[in-house]
Amino acid sequence: MIPVKFDYLAPTSVEEALAALGEHGDDAKILAGGQSLLPVLRMRLNAPEVVIDLGGISSLRGIRDDGDAIVIGAMTTHHDVRDDHLVKQHALLLSKAAAEVADSQIRHRGTFGGALAHADPAGDLGAPALALGAQFVVAGPGGTRTVEASDFFVDLFETAIGDDEILTEVRIPKHTGWGAHYEKFVRVAHQWPIVAVAATVRGSIDEARVGLTNMGSTPLRATATEQALAGVSATEDGVREAAQLAADGTHPPSDLNGAADYRQHLARVLTGRAVLRAAGV
Amino acid sequence: MTATQDRPAAEIGKDRRRKEDQRLITGRTRWTDNITLPGMLHLAMVRSPFAHATITSIDVDAAKASPNVVTVLTGKDFGEELGVNINAWPITPDQKAPVHSPMPADRVAFAGEVVAVVVARSAAEARDAAELVDVEYDEQPAVLGIKNALKDEVLAHPDLGTNKSALWIFDSNDAGTGSDVEAAIEEARSNGILIEREYRQQRLIPAFMEPRSVVVDPTGEQLTMWSATQIPHILRFALAATTGVPESKIRVIAPDVGGGFGGKLQTTPEEWIAWAVARRLSKPVKYTETRSESLMSAHHGRDQVQTLTLAADKDGKVTGLKVHLDADMGAYISIVGGGVPVLGAFMFNAIYKFPAYRFECQTVLTNSTWTDAYRGAGRPEATYAIERLMDELAAEVGVDPLEIRERNWITHEEFPFTTVAGLEYDTGNYEAATAKAKESFGYDALRAEQRERRERGDRVQLGIGVSTFTEMCGLAPSRVLGSLDYGAGGWEHASVRMLATGKVEIVTGASAHGQGHETAFSQIVADRLGVPFEDVEVLHGDTQISHKGLDTYGSRSLVVGGEALVKAVDKVVDKARHLAAHLLEANADDLDYSGGRFTVRGTDQGVAIQELATAAFAAHNYPEDMEPSIDAEATYDPVNFNYPHGTHLCAMEVDTETGAVKMRKYTCCDDIGTIINPLIVAGQVHGGLVQGIAQALWEEAVHDESGTLVSGSFVDYLLPTAADTISFDVVHTDDPSVCTTNTLGTKGVGEAGTIASTPAVVNAVVDAVRHLGINDIQMPCTPERVWRAIEGSRAGGATDTPSDAMPHFQEGALNQDSTEGAGQ
Ligand SMILES: Cc1cc2nc3c(=O)[nH]c(=O)nc-3n(C[C@H](O)[C@H](O)[C@H](O)COP(=O)(O)OP(=O)(O)OC[C@H]3O[C@@H](n4cnc5c(N)ncnc54)[C@H](O)[C@@H]3O)c2cc1C
Repeated sequence: MIPVKFDYLAPTSVEEALAALGEHGDDAKILAGGQSLLPVLRMRLNAPEVVIDLGGISSLRGIRDDGDAIVIGAMTTHHDVRDDHLVKQHALLLSKAAAEVADSQIRHRGTFGGALAHADPAGDLGAPALALGAQFVVAGPGGTRTVEASDFFVDLFETAIGDDEILTEVRIPKHTGWGAHYEKFVRVAHQWPIVAVAATVRGSIDEARVGLTNMGSTPLRATATEQALAGVSATEDGVREAAQLAADGTHPPSDLNGAADYRQHLARVLTGRAVLRAAGV
Repeated sequence: MTATQDRPAAEIGKDRRRKEDQRLITGRTRWTDNITLPGMLHLAMVRSPFAHATITSIDVDAAKASPNVVTVLTGKDFGEELGVNINAWPITPDQKAPVHSPMPADRVAFAGEVVAVVVARSAAEARDAAELVDVEYDEQPAVLGIKNALKDEVLAHPDLGTNKSALWIFDSNDAGTGSDVEAAIEEARSNGILIEREYRQQRLIPAFMEPRSVVVDPTGEQLTMWSATQIPHILRFALAATTGVPESKIRVIAPDVGGGFGGKLQTTPEEWIAWAVARRLSKPVKYTETRSESLMSAHHGRDQVQTLTLAADKDGKVTGLKVHLDADMGAYISIVGGGVPVLGAFMFNAIYKFPAYRFECQTVLTNSTWTDAYRGAGRPEATYAIERLMDELAAEVGVDPLEIRERNWITHEEFPFTTVAGLEYDTGNYEAATAKAKESFGYDALRAEQRERRERGDRVQLGIGVSTFTEMCGLAPSRVLGSLDYGAGGWEHASVRMLATGKVEIVTGASAHGQGHETAFSQIVADRLGVPFEDVEVLHGDTQISHKGLDTYGSRSLVVGGEALVKAVDKVVDKARHLAAHLLEANADDLDYSGGRFTVRGTDQGVAIQELATAAFAAHNYPEDMEPSIDAEATYDPVNFNYPHGTHLCAMEVDTETGAVKMRKYTCCDDIGTIINPLIVAGQVHGGLVQGIAQALWEEAVHDESGTLVSGSFVDYLLPTAADTISFDVVHTDDPSVCTTNTLGTKGVGEAGTIASTPAVVNAVVDAVRHLGINDIQMPCTPERVWRAIEGSRAGGATDTPSDAMPHFQEGALNQDSTEGAGQ
C-alpha cells in the first residue's frame, strides 16, 4: 500500500494554507487527521501532487463558547469532541456520536472537520450536525462564508466547500439541556454504521430533532418524525408511531450489509429506540 | 564442566508463558519483509482486473522508462523456466485440472491473476511503474458460483470442455463398512423421519496477520528463498520439481511467520515469479503483497453447496446419511485443493453410529480466486452439516438436541470403534464431555429462560445451540495418504543436538507460524531429557538446518512432530546410558535415569546428561563400540489419526425487531488427551472459536457477477476483533481419554475450536426463532438474513446479496475531481 509520490506542505496559518491551495488548485489535497485521506492515497484511488497538512494550524483546533452557539474548530479530534464539557452541556448529541466513531486510535487522529468535509454518508457526524442545525464556516480566497447544514451536504463525498476553500470551524446552536442519543447499528464493533439514528429532544417531548446516517447519499433529517414527535408523550406507543415515518422519502443504498428495504425498516426501529433513549425512557 | 541442575518440576502440564512471544508480539524479529539484502530489487505485480480474459497485448515501454525500473517481465518473456504451481492431490485418476502457470502469457482465469512483474530499485518505484503497464484484454464470459459452473454453459477453462473437475465417492456398502444408504432412505420415507437439506458453506478468506512475502537470493552456491509460508519443506520440493533447479541447490527458509490458518499452506505464483526473476537477473529480489492483493489472490477457503439426506427411525435413531458436496475450487486446483472437501468424507458421521453412509464430492472450476485449506479444511464443513442436521432431527422428533445425540453417539465403552467411514476411533468419552459442558453452561437454567421469553413474547428471544464434534487430526499415516492419492507422506522428523556446554538444540520438521511450538516442544524435552526448560532451543523452518520435514497444518505438529521428538530424545538417552556406563565403570542395566542424571543403583555415583554431552564432545574417553556423540534423530510415521472431541454449547440472543444477534454464553468442554501447556491450548481454543464464530456470523467473500471481489478490504470482509466476542468458558474433561497411538497421549487442538463452533452458533440462532417456523438461516447469519427469515418474506432467509460494497474511501470531489494520474 504505497501512495503515489506527492509533495507535502505544512502551513501554519489558514492564509498560508489558502495560498497554497490557490497555487496548486486541482493538484492539491487537504490533509486533516488522514483517517480517510490516507487510505484513499494508499489504495491509489486518488493521487494529488501536493498534500497540504492543516495539522500545524493551531487556530483550527479547540472548542469555544460563542454566546448562543459553541464553535468547534475543524481540526478538533473526535476524541476531544466526545470529552469536551461545552459539547456535553450544549450539544450532547455530538458527544454521543463522536464516541461511536471507529475505535479510539482513529478517534485520536480523525478530526471533526475532516469527517464532515469527507462527507461519507455512512460517517457518524453528519446526521448529528444536521439535526443540530450546524453552520459551517468556510474560508476562501475572498474571505469566509457560512453555509447552513441543510446546504452543506451535496452528495456522496461532496459538500458545499469549494475547490479553493477550507472548512475552518463549525458553529453548533446551543441545545442546552436537550436529551440525546446516537443509535448505531453495526455487525462488528469497528464498522461504519449500516444505519444510525441521531436523536435529541427537549423535554419529554416538546421538541425533537432526528438525523439519519447512511439512509441516502447525504445525511438526512427525519422531518415527518420530528413533526409528529412534537408534543407527544415519551412512551413506547407514542414514539413508535412517529418513528414509523422515519424512512419516508429516503433512498438508502443496497450493499453487502443490507438492502434498501431492510435499511428503511432499521431506520424506523432505531428511530424509536433513539428517541426514547434521548428522552430518558 | 557444565553445572548440573536438578530436573525441574514436571514441565508437561505447566502453563508456561510462550518464549517466542516477546519477539513475535513486538515485531522485533525476522519477518520476511524485514529482510534486506545488498543490491536487492523489489517486485510489483500487475494483476488482471478481469475474471476471464485473453491477453491481447502488453505494452511495457512506459513502465520500463519509469525511474529506477530495472525491467518488466511478462509470461511471454519466460518459458518453461517459470515452472508451474502444482496440485499435489489429484483426488481421482481422471481429475480435470488446468495447467497453472504462475504468470499466464495468453489467458487469465480469475481477477487478481498476475500478468506482468515490474522490477525496480525500490518497492515504491516498482508500484508506480506497475500502474504504467498497459495490458489489453479481450474479456471472455466468466463463470461464477457453483450452481452456474455445474451447468457447463460458460466454461472457466474452455479447453477442458467442462467445469467439473472430479467426482469422488465413498459408499459404506461398497467399502464393507456399512449398509446401503438408499435402502435406509426408502425405509425412512415410509416409516420414519427423513430430513433433506441444502446447506451453503460460504467462501472465506484466511486473512492471516502477516501478508505473504518472499525474498529470493540467487547469489551463492545454493539459491535461497525466504518465504512467509507454512511449508518450507514442501516448497523446496516443489521448486525443485517444477523449475529444474536440483533440490540440493535450494535452501528455503520460513523465518518467523505471522499466522497462516492454511492460507500459507500453498506454493504461490508470487513465489515462483520471484524465483524466476531472481534467477534471470542474478540479483536478490523481494515481493511483499498488500492486504488488498492478499484478500484477492491468496487462496480462499470453504465454498461448498451441501446436499444432505438424513434417514432416521421415529425415535430419532439415525439409519443412514447421504451427502453430496459441490465444491468450488476457483480457477485452479491448488496444492491440496481437491482433497480438502474429501477430508470431510470421514467426518460427516462424526461421533455417531450410523449404519449406512454415502458421500460424493463433485469439485468444480470457476473464474474466481482459487480455494484450498483453511483452518479445519473439510472437517468444519462436515461438522457443520451433521451438527445442524442433528438439531433438525431433534426438532422433528420433539426432543432436546442433546438427547438426540445421546441416542446416536458411540458410548465410551464401545471404543475402539470402527466408523461407517472406515476410521478406527481409539478413545473418547462423549458422555463425560457433555455432562461437564452442560453443568458449566448452566444448560437447564438457560432452557428455562428461553421458555420464559417465548411465553412472554419477548422482543429478544434466546436460543441454545449444540455441537458435539470430533475430528481426525495429526495428518496423517503415510499409507492412508497414499491410498487417497495424496502426493506425500505424513511422517515427521526431529533431531536432538547435545551441545558441548550441556545446552540442547532440537530441530523439528514442523514449521511453526505462531502456534507456540518453541515453548511446548521445550517443555516436552525438558521433561523427557531432564534438562531445564530454558536450556532447550527449538530450531525449525530452514531446510539447511531442518533438512527433513513435512511442516505444519492439520493439527499435526504436536501429535506427529512431538512424537518424533520423543523418539529422538529416547535415542539420546540410550546413547548417553552407554557412555555413562563406560565412564562410571558400571553395567548399563544397573543405571537409573531420572532428572537428567544417571545413577548407579544402590550407590551415590552418577553423571548428568550435560556432563555426558561434554564428555562426548571432548571424546577423550568413550567406548570402543560407540561414535563420540550422543546426538540422535528420528522419523515418526503415525499409525492412526487421533480424534479429539468435545461438546460445545452456545446461547444466542436474537433481536426479533432488527435481526441482530448477540452471543450470551459459550461453553466448550474439549477432550484433547494429555495437555502439554494449558495456556497454549486455551489460546488455540479461543482463537479457533472466534474463527468458527466468524463464519457463522460475519465473514463472507463475495464476488460480483463479473468476478470482482466485492469484499476486497476489511471494511467489507468483516473480520471480528476482541470487541466482538465474549469471554468464553473453556473447560476440559476431568479424566481425558488419552490418545493411545502416541506416547504422550496428545490429540490435536489447533483446529478444534473452529470446527466445533460454527454449528453451535447457527444452531443457537435457529433455535431462538424456530418457534416462528424457521429451520435454517444461511451463513453468515447477518441481521438482514435473520430479519428476513423472521419476516418470512423469503423462506429460509435471503440468499442473494446485493453485489456492491459501500465505498468509504472514494476519491473525493473536494479540491480535486478525478483520479487522473492515479492509473488503474
Ligand atoms: C478503520 C476506520 C474506521 C472508521 N470508522 C468510522 C466510523 O465508524 N464512523 C465514522 O464516522 N468515521 C469512521 N472513520 C473515518 C474517520 O472518522 C475519519 O476521521 C474521518 O472520516 C475523516 O477525518 P480526518 O480528519 O481523518 O480527515 P482526512 O482523512 O485528513 O480528510 C478527509 C477528506 O476531507 C478533506 N478535508 C479534511 N479537512 C478539511 C478541511 N478543513 N477543509 C476542507 N477539506 C478538508 C480532505 O482533503 C479529504 O478529502 C473510520 C476510518 C478508518 C480508517
